[in-house]
Amino acid sequence: MAVCVAVIAKENYPLYIRSTPTENELKFHYMVHTSLDVVDEKVSAMGKALVDQRELYLGLLYPTEDYKVYGYVTNSKVKFVMVVDSSNTALRDNEIRSMFRKLHNSYTDVMCNPFYNPGDRIQSSGNLGISLSCRAFDTMVTSMMIQVC
Amino acid sequence: MADAVLFEFLHTEMVAELWAQGPDPGPGGRKMNLSVLEGMGFRVGQALGERLPQETLAFREELDVLRFLCRDLWVAVFQKQMDGQRTHHQGTYVLQDSSFPLLVPMASGLQYLEEAPKFLAFTCGLLRGTLSTLGIESSVTASTAALPTCKFQVVIQQP
Repeated sequence: MAVCVAVIAKENYPLYIRSTPTENELKFHYMVHTSLDVVDEKVSAMGKALVDQRELYLGLLYPTEDYKVYGYVTNSKVKFVMVVDSSNTALRDNEIRSMFRKLHNSYTDVMCNPFYNPGDRIQSSGNLGISLSCRAFDTMVTSMMIQVC
Repeated sequence: MADAVLFEFLHTEMVAELWAQGPDPGPGGRKMNLSVLEGMGFRVGQALGERLPQETLAFREELDVLRFLCRDLWVAVFQKQMDGQRTHHQGTYVLQDSSFPLLVPMASGLQYLEEAPKFLAFTCGLLRGTLSTLGIESSVTASTAALPTCKFQVVIQQP
């Protein structure tokens, strides 16, 4: 379903970025990078608008002709960006919301892993011993991407 | 209701263990033990700062974050809310707890006043860690006038 999933730290560097068609990865990296500006815009608009609805889910950030980009910010200013295929019209808003919720839960699990230093890239490295929650994060993201046909 | 006590016992053992290494290591060693405790609290605070606000809405300003500390964080860790929160001037907050659960079993009054900092170091780190995840760099110090009342002073670093 998702074509690319990225987790970006509050200092705006990527903690985790993965895309399914592994050629053209750079294109997705650029897309995620440009979406960060839109995220910042939405977050500052939310701050000034005095709207009571201070949600974590940001919704559709911007649509391109092939892809749609969705965003979500946590309270710790960590951003999740998800790129989905435009042709996949069956994906509804609450499905995207539930995907982000799963991402948030897995990210929190990684954070609580004592072997994970906050600020490091999320990867299970071979020599330091596989960290369970980083691998679980990986598997969860794979399950979100696997239905791409 | 036994849950509250579990953490208290663990905390007491942590402090006892760190001090058992050197019975009276002198001012240099003492500082290191305190900063080890504070460091532990910091890492725990970082993880809590990610997990606790998960369902809540986005925080809009500093005061929201402080309120979250006094209510939700304190309730989650100590099963009670913090009693008082005061702002002294730009960027300094004093959080007061009149019966701090980690100090309650020790004494009530002026006895053991010198031992109190050891038991407050972890909590200082906890506050600092949670604030750091929520985007606020700060330094937290604790002081007791009489057990079990204690005050945590949070000084927010201005960028």
